[in-house]
Amino acid sequence: MKKSHILLLVVIAVAIGVIVSTADDASTYVGFSEAWAMSTSGNNKEIHVVGQLKKDPNGHILGIRQGEDRVSFSFIMVDDEGKEQQVNYSQPMPPDFTRSEKVVVIGSYKGDVFNASKIILKCPSKYQEENVNA
Amino acid sequence: MHYLVGDLGHLFVITSFITALISSFAYLKASTILDLQKQEEWRWNGMISFYLHAVSVFGVCVTLFIIISKHYFEYHYAYNYSDLKLPSYYLISTFWNGQEGSFLLWMFWHAILGIILILTNKFWEAPVMTVFCLVQAFLASMILGVVLPGLEFKIGSSPFILLRDAMHDAPIFQAQPEFIPKDGQGLNPLLQNYWMVIHPPTLFLGFALTVVPFSYCMAGLWLKKYSDWIRPALPWTLVGCGILGLGILMGGYWAYETLNFGGYWNWDPVENAVYVPWLILVASLHTMITYKNSETALKASIILVISVFISILYSTFLTRSGILGESSVHSFTDLGLSGQLLLYLLFFMIGAIVLSIVRWGNIPSIEKEASVYSREFWIFIGATTLCLMGFQVLAGTSIPVVNSILSAFGFEKKLAPPTDAIAFYSKFQIWFAIAVGILSAVGQFFWWKKIDRKILLNQLFVPAIIALLVSVVVVNIVKVFNLPYALLLLAGFFTIFANAKILFGLLKASPTLSGGAIAHIGVGMMLIGIMFSAGYSRVVSLNNTGLQISKEFSKEFNRDNLLLFIHEPRTMWGFDIEYLGERLEPRYHTGFIRKSDIHQTADKNLVIAKRDMKIGSKAYQANDTIRVQGENTFYEIELRRGNKKYQLFPRAQINPEMGGLLASPDIYRSVTADLYTHVSSVMDPSEGEEWSKLEELRVKQSQEFFANDYVGVLESVDRIYNVFGIELTDQDVAVKAKIRLQGEKGDYIAEPVFLIRDKMVGRIPDDVSDLGIRVTLMNIHPETNEFSIGLNTRQKDWVVIKAMEKPYINVLWIGTLVLMVGFGMAMSRRIREFKKMKAKGLE
Repeated sequence: MKKSHILLLVVIAVAIGVIVSTADDASTYVGFSEAWAMSTSGNNKEIHVVGQLKKDPNGHILGIRQGEDRVSFSFIMVDDEGKEQQVNYSQPMPPDFTRSEKVVVIGSYKGDVFNASKIILKCPSKYQEENVNA
Repeated sequence: MHYLVGDLGHLFVITSFITALISSFAYLKASTILDLQKQEEWRWNGMISFYLHAVSVFGVCVTLFIIISKHYFEYHYAYNYSDLKLPSYYLISTFWNGQEGSFLLWMFWHAILGIILILTNKFWEAPVMTVFCLVQAFLASMILGVVLPGLEFKIGSSPFILLRDAMHDAPIFQAQPEFIPKDGQGLNPLLQNYWMVIHPPTLFLGFALTVVPFSYCMAGLWLKKYSDWIRPALPWTLVGCGILGLGILMGGYWAYETLNFGGYWNWDPVENAVYVPWLILVASLHTMITYKNSETALKASIILVISVFISILYSTFLTRSGILGESSVHSFTDLGLSGQLLLYLLFFMIGAIVLSIVRWGNIPSIEKEASVYSREFWIFIGATTLCLMGFQVLAGTSIPVVNSILSAFGFEKKLAPPTDAIAFYSKFQIWFAIAVGILSAVGQFFWWKKIDRKILLNQLFVPAIIALLVSVVVVNIVKVFNLPYALLLLAGFFTIFANAKILFGLLKASPTLSGGAIAHIGVGMMLIGIMFSAGYSRVVSLNNTGLQISKEFSKEFNRDNLLLFIHEPRTMWGFDIEYLGERLEPRYHTGFIRKSDIHQTADKNLVIAKRDMKIGSKAYQANDTIRVQGENTFYEIELRRGNKKYQLFPRAQINPEMGGLLASPDIYRSVTADLYTHVSSVMDPSEGEEWSKLEELRVKQSQEFFANDYVGVLESVDRIYNVFGIELTDQDVAVKAKIRLQGEKGDYIAEPVFLIRDKMVGRIPDDVSDLGIRVTLMNIHPETNEFSIGLNTRQKDWVVIKAMEKPYINVLWIGTLVLMVGFGMAMSRRIREFKKMKAKGLE
């Protein structure tokens, strides 16, 4: 066997290792019902849930509660399957939170509430912005 | 409405796109026509079109800058990213705040590099510029902003779009099409930082530089000059490595200073998108040097140079197409360019791959296997390691792309990026970094084409032993009891000592060749610095009082944060630490203003001085108006040890629109470690303060009294004729008392006002927040020459901070500088070489 073949095998082995580990460490997008099922079956791996903030028919956001310390807050999120869930976040509200059209929370269930360790927002692009302050 | 400047700008954009295409075509002709006369004519055409192109690009930049600097808020770009208050140096960063502007910045560097290419290398000019201009034409199309008639397909997004066209649904424009906003939205305060003025241009210059080796490589394959392209391309690769590396590190440094996630690197997709191309670029630099010296690794160089450029295009696609939308905290918003970006990527990817495959069989390569004791073998292993290092990051960052591809084939979208990015990337990267450290020590010894086992072991013996000894000592002193960390330390020291040995050898013989050795010493230092500052970062603001800060906070928060009341010293990290109060920052010069020394006005960016004071280099008198950075509050914290004092000013932006606290750290730098401090909770000014019951006392002028345990004195009482901008009539009476309060840290002035207006008594109290005292002028007793003064007190001001120790982070920054010095020396060597070749007529 030539050295270059050995080297090639090593490279391929490492590359496969990387891919397997990436696939293994990758989190998953699930709905709240599935996340709940996972947590009750003892799987506490953090997962991603995609959804929106709960809004009334006029577009006002419902259910945001500031923590007394102002370094945390909770809100109600509706996932893509339509299930509502209270989400706690132990950090201040991220910039543009209330303007987001889509929210991704990363975290896991703790009892009845979903504890988010990270929140990612998808904000409308500036082109769709509707208000100009005169 | 200033239509002219925008129309002119748009015209320049269109011209730049067309001239790039024409230039590419003319150079294509010049490369393929055999008739020498015609060849020269086409070359001439290509050159002139490129100069026209460069002029148009500069024209676009100038017109956009006029719109920003003249505050033409009828334009979307000026309205969205700037405002009247911005100082001029931040108007420059406004330029690349939007996505269109950053494309423009990239094009700007391409235009300059293109001119240099034309002027320096006559032989390669035509074929290289054919490829180069094609790349540039694609880039110009991104800001074209033209809708194809009939197809409703928009090409590019123009920076010259009017606000009313960008927001055509806004009710104000339905009613008043000519409406121009008075002021803009302003630049994101987080980006108002000097690093954001120089970091993006550096990064984009690095991006732009990668296109030059790619163009040379394509030209070489195309004209079947399979190996000649490497020599002229090499200096460009080298400059690219240096500049892109510098740009990445500046970005990391900005994050360290400005964001509060506690470090310089967060494995965010936006960061990964420049890290991966840089690793491949460094790998390609090594294989190109190998080829120059020993005629091997030509195929590897071709593959790597192509991969660098493709990875740059892929990164551009990742960060700008919106595909990362659900996985990155700060990816750009989607401008609807994803199709165009994908086309850009695929065009050059497929083109380069097809051309390589067609030519592959003809590329000369050496059949003989490289010996284990040869330079090229080790460099090849090193390049492979760098590529695998990049591949691991690429794999993790590309999960959203894999998702999109899977869902395009009908699979349900399920995969999400790893939740703990730092752990996910670090667990691989650390082993690759160890390998890089060892390889850059061993590989450097193969200066000569071949040395045998005996010489190699002989050479490596001393540095290896020293590295081992030093590592053992450091491991035990600093307690690095973690296997990968200790190995990384060893690898870092090994690189440093091995390269130091080479450096000493070279300094005697040929010091101009020492760039490589110096650069690798820098790498070794960076590895050690990263290991310590990231691996051994620890929280030092431990709450050791046994009392919870608040039961509202989590257990970790109560443990890791320190509550500081004003003027109540605590201890932390061997320092006495004391909170001194809230500060404001003047907008147009440096320095800090005590909040207790000013009156707020309705405009948060304007305050009025209560007393004469000197802020930084500027003196203010009482009642002067000071322009401040109203959204920022700084918390002055003093560190004391022995008779040494240091001030820290961590910052918070309280912004109802942003819904919370945006903290930025301040860093106390010592030789061995940084103390990284940020506020984690502050008092809410909108929350009503709870004042004690009013205490009233009667005093005469100049009489001393006690207020909340501080000595106060009534200095004067004067009649005033306007109260905070309200002119008083003859019937009204207003007096202002001036009371001096002696705090622990200097005096404070309180100026309560007593007025009788329309026969009604009004009292305007004044607060000294640093002391927690509110002073009211209650009444005037002319009969006894006395004044009634009301005092309220409240809980003292407080702030909650979190502080982290970052040990030996200076090793990282010094290593960075050493690396850059190495790059600089290598660059100047290659430039000298180039000049020599040119003098001989070989370039």
